[in-house]
Amino acid sequence: MSSLLKSREAILALAILILLALIASRFPGFVSPLNLANVFTDTSPLIILALGQMVVIVTKCIDLSVAANLALTGMIAAMMNGAGVPLPLILLTVIALGATLGAVNGLLVWKLDIPSIVVTLGTMTIYRGIIFLLTDGKWINAHEMTEGFKALPRLIFLGLPIMAWMAVAVIVLTVVLVRRTALGRAFFAVGGNAHAAVYTGISVGRTQMAAFVISGALAGFTGYLWVARYAVAYVDIAGGFELDVVAACVIGGIAIAGGAGTVAGCVMGALFLGIIKNALPVVGISPFWQMAISGAAILIAIAFNSRNQGPKGRIILKKAEHRA
Amino acid sequence: MSILKKALTTAALATALLAATGAHAEPKRIALVVKALGIGFFEAAAKGAEEAAKELGDVEIIYTGPTDTTAEGQIEVINSLIAQKVDAIAVSANDTDALVPTLKKAMDRGITVISWDSGVAPEGRMMHLNPSSNPLIGNMIIKLAADNLPEGGEVAVLSATTTSTNQNTWIEEMNKVMGNYPGVTVVGTVYGDDLADKSYREAQGLMQTYPNLKAIIAPTSVGIVAAAQAVTDAGKIGQINVTGLGLPSEMAGHVKSGASKSFAIWNPIDLGYSATMIAYNLANGTAKAEAGAEIPMGRMGSVKLDDKLEGAMADPFVYDASNIDAFSSIF
Repeated sequence: MSSLLKSREAILALAILILLALIASRFPGFVSPLNLANVFTDTSPLIILALGQMVVIVTKCIDLSVAANLALTGMIAAMMNGAGVPLPLILLTVIALGATLGAVNGLLVWKLDIPSIVVTLGTMTIYRGIIFLLTDGKWINAHEMTEGFKALPRLIFLGLPIMAWMAVAVIVLTVVLVRRTALGRAFFAVGGNAHAAVYTGISVGRTQMAAFVISGALAGFTGYLWVARYAVAYVDIAGGFELDVVAACVIGGIAIAGGAGTVAGCVMGALFLGIIKNALPVVGISPFWQMAISGAAILIAIAFNSRNQGPKGRIILKKAEHRA
Repeated sequence: MSILKKALTTAALATALLAATGAHAEPKRIALVVKALGIGFFEAAAKGAEEAAKELGDVEIIYTGPTDTTAEGQIEVINSLIAQKVDAIAVSANDTDALVPTLKKAMDRGITVISWDSGVAPEGRMMHLNPSSNPLIGNMIIKLAADNLPEGGEVAVLSATTTSTNQNTWIEEMNKVMGNYPGVTVVGTVYGDDLADKSYREAQGLMQTYPNLKAIIAPTSVGIVAAAQAVTDAGKIGQINVTGLGLPSEMAGHVKSGASKSFAIWNPIDLGYSATMIAYNLANGTAKAEAGAEIPMGRMGSVKLDDKLEGAMADPFVYDASNIDAFSSIF
């Protein structure tokens, strides 16, 4: 029992249950299965992006360009749809394009050795700028998209919209990636101890680049989902969403210093934020408090994180340690 | 009389006649300077200006502007208009202050200068024409909702951010006139921060919190589109009407689907028409730009100037299924 309580995931799950109970006491309709399914669907883009971000953060990098990547690929998806390109081809293109945008980040981090926060801060602005160049700031609106294009994320399959199933699929794929593949283990090795990783024959830069490519591909895919769901594409869509994505990871216990984190924690971190975002409009909390509440949740999570950090490794030479 | 003398007299007479008729038919040249060429909104304003010119008869419209929305570009354009000695300049400015010296120079040379749509600082123009005014907008947004609710009902407001000055002023003005719409109650105001996803979620929240909600008023172009999409996805078209301020090109689909019965925004054609009429009347001396003055604007009535020499053209123009197609290609 005590070991269960110590696990971050258990604490987070408990926090989510308490949160739901609190919300239900003010607005009982929120915890109806149908509404919870809606909340999960609404949180799907955040879950998908947070999982991509998790892989990047685990390698001791950060990807601030995900929302801009999403906006650019989403815009291109909408433009391709306008040009009459069939949907499967659009999906393949946005994923490939997202991966390419991620690879640009990865290459800059790897080959030029620039800190990832600087690289992605730069590409974030560049990607949004490209949207402006492509569109002159014009919007692509609901009536300019085909019905099929808008309908896919909304199609109900086994009781849930496709959008939610996409999140489930990405969760499963990420679990397989981090637990069952060499690349998955390399992510943790690189982030946990880069020097040790090099000695075991892992290329740090190449691994980090792979993480960026995965994050980019997921952002590209989410770009389509986002634009199809909200039926509008313009320069500023998902503005500031990268911060939500990073926050979901932090709440989920992904160590910002790299090397630690679980898929379950990440998903729950995203759900935690998603529940707050969906509940605040219905529980009647003043909008002036909403941001403060979201911010407080993040701070509490970080405080927990730093307290729960395990021992950093065994000190072999005590004398040397004292001399230093 | 010699033939030579006869010929000379005839020529002189002809010249005099020509000069006389020329002076009579000399048209007023009014320059419509826009933020940038190629923008649908301003092309529509130019259409309105041409309409005014046709009505007035002796007006020539020079529709011009820079190729991108910069103050420098506009200054160049205005300098060349001064060199051409136009009679009036009506400008939608890219910068409130940057154009002032150039426009002052124009006024010094006897050119009538007014600003419209996007204003210039008071010292750089004779008057400014606002497309509408805060009280008119505040009244219009609630009127749009009330017109479709003969029996009254609950309505909610989906605004931009809590700190958006424009939206807050409009909502304040709306609350002042609520008494004129008995039966219509505003049950809540939520903020979508002008983000599509947050606005969508707030609209969903409104529908959940207020099951009897009849209308969502969104005085912001991002919010109105997101709310219309949320109502569509919730299958509540016909039950909840989304209205407010939006752009025809962005709202066309939602008006056709019925999610929005009507919404409002300025009419650029009327704006160009009114700016031309005002510039003509000021240049002709039939009206003077001073506080309290009423300047006629043809079919748009007249504009009354306040202490800051600003005036509001009219109520925001209402767009619905009957006219959306004509305007959605314009802006």
